[in-house]
Amino acid sequence: MEEVRLMKGNEALAHAAIRYGADGYFGYPITPQSEVLEVLEEQRPWETTGMVVLQAESELAAINMVYGGAACGKVVFTSSSSPGISLMQEGISYIAASEVPALIVNVMRGGPGLGTIHPSQADYFQAVKGGGHGDYHLIVLAPSSVQEMCDFMWLGWDLAFKYRTPAMLLADGLVGQMMEKVVLPEPRPRRTEEQVRLQCPWAINGRKDMRKRNVVTSLELVDEIMEQNNLRFQRTYREIEKNEVRYEAINTDGCDYLFVAFGSMARICQKVMEMAEEEGIKIGLLRPITLWPFPAEQIKEAAKGAKGIMVVELSAGQMIEDVKLAVECNVEVKHYGRLGGIVPTPEEVLDALKNQFAIVK
Amino acid sequence: MEDKHMDVQDIIKPENRVYKKPALLNDTHMHYCPGCSHGVVHKLVAEVIEEMGAAEIAIGIAPVGCAVFAYNYIDVDWIEAPHGRAPALATAAKRLQPDKLVFTYQGDGDMAAIGTAESLHAANRGENIAMIFINNAIYGMTGGQMAPTTLLGMKTSTTPYGRRADLNGYPLAITGLMAQLDGTCYVTRQSVETPAAVRKAKAAIRKAFENSMHGKGTSVVEIVSTCNSGWKMTPADANKWMEENMFKKYPIGDLKNE
Amino acid sequence: MAKIRGAVTVNTERCKGCNLCVVACPAKVLSLQPKEVNNRGYHFAYMSAPDKCIGCSSCALVCPDACIEVYRVKVDE
Repeated sequence: MEEVRLMKGNEALAHAAIRYGADGYFGYPITPQSEVLEVLEEQRPWETTGMVVLQAESELAAINMVYGGAACGKVVFTSSSSPGISLMQEGISYIAASEVPALIVNVMRGGPGLGTIHPSQADYFQAVKGGGHGDYHLIVLAPSSVQEMCDFMWLGWDLAFKYRTPAMLLADGLVGQMMEKVVLPEPRPRRTEEQVRLQCPWAINGRKDMRKRNVVTSLELVDEIMEQNNLRFQRTYREIEKNEVRYEAINTDGCDYLFVAFGSMARICQKVMEMAEEEGIKIGLLRPITLWPFPAEQIKEAAKGAKGIMVVELSAGQMIEDVKLAVECNVEVKHYGRLGGIVPTPEEVLDALKNQFAIVK
Repeated sequence: MEDKHMDVQDIIKPENRVYKKPALLNDTHMHYCPGCSHGVVHKLVAEVIEEMGAAEIAIGIAPVGCAVFAYNYIDVDWIEAPHGRAPALATAAKRLQPDKLVFTYQGDGDMAAIGTAESLHAANRGENIAMIFINNAIYGMTGGQMAPTTLLGMKTSTTPYGRRADLNGYPLAITGLMAQLDGTCYVTRQSVETPAAVRKAKAAIRKAFENSMHGKGTSVVEIVSTCNSGWKMTPADANKWMEENMFKKYPIGDLKNE
Repeated sequence: MAKIRGAVTVNTERCKGCNLCVVACPAKVLSLQPKEVNNRGYHFAYMSAPDKCIGCSSCALVCPDACIEVYRVKVDE
């Protein structure tokens, strides 16, 4: 049954996975998301639901275990943080190209390189533009609360299986580490092998009753077939763009200025909006929940009549490029962000807005 | 029937057949060069799966390298892994489906270079999988470059004057490392250049597959092989060269059998 | 006294003419076609001395392309 708990975002997603009926987790410890593996090991789901939990020898191994499990039609996931996710890009590209469903959690930390263990949103490009080699996309969900860390695990798997494509939870160290109230959903049983065979007839689970063999591969040396494969991937992406855009709009009607921010920064922007209202500045917030597919139309709509947009990110300016494309230069778009693991204060963001748009009150 | 009355056509009858292509080795023309050891090993894998009655539960993990298309030839379920990662995929496939027969098929680059970590760690965890390891001391698919197992002095396209220890390091006998790991139950080195060797190699593959189903841990079957194209020899000469040179560094026999 | 007689068939289109069966045969039964080739241009193997075949399967065991079927009968001398 449902359960109300106080816990970290990283803990919530681990519990959400068990309750979804996940078949397997494969991961390698890295700050700031090591709680995921720790909670799973502490919960011992293999004794209750039969879920497999394995600490891999590296992120390379972990993502390829996920690839192997996904190819078997199983509900599998991994979690890591920025440097580890970089290592996983090879496997993610293979998973996308093989059209198998998987969930990857990135609790972002500051980079580049080994960077810092503190929060960042600087993996936006990597997440929404593909990340690895080749023409592909991930469905990218950006949670901004512990509850969403939990809920988006379920949503991520639902979408991954619906479209047979990998999905990513793009959280940041702040959402992963903070504690909040969370309602954990009622647990569901893991699928039986019969259910897997019905839901995933392509899955690698042996030629039962000598059915035609299944092969999961990303290789195709006949260029014409490879092009057809790519066109099929693109059709899937267009379907996803049509059906799965998710966002939250707060006070966007008749706003003077529009914030576009995701994850932890969207929460800070909400505080800024309250402060600004006291000064008579009306700010709306458009929070993309799916970073890919990107809510471009919705941003364009929300920005109508606004004097300007400020994109607030924990990066040097990444999502701002998609916002600019969305509004097609019809609205002035500014950026504010902190780097290196620093999270700005609401005062700082409000000052930045006033300075950049020369607002005098 | 008396011999003098017997015509060849009298012998070639279904009831007299003692050897045929295993049904699980499908009719697709294999892309391997004439005389390539891969073909023999594919045939043995197909025969063993067939004889174990395991076609409905077998899952192969194909490598990157010449055997990348193994999934086109052996008629069971397959996943094609990124280069070197087959043991990681196999780990998940087996742990998530313990009742299945899961095996990897890897070359020397796959197991002993790019996938060393995945191979050693899967074996060290004692995953209940079988690893078939083709060691022909060269990279066939990419055109004959040095492999980690290339012998000292051996010429390849990236060691055109012969492999030198000071420049290229030493040939890596990775199954020797595997045998030292607590997770392995059976590590053996076989070859397929003579009828007797083929029979032994088949028995080894069978044992490895059975071990995996009995939950005994990881089995590794190295097949010391030829790449006659890469070695620039006839298939028969390559077999002879292998016996005279490869077997010194990679002696045939069980390294571990528990 | 009983004697063993054997024979093989070669899937000539699958054969790549690698010659390994010819080398493996203890009774020198097999040869590669000196002139004729299959659709891929390979000189495929055939029984050049069929009477000598003992049906031992050596050729088939070492064949990388599984193109050889082996037949064997016991005959009276």
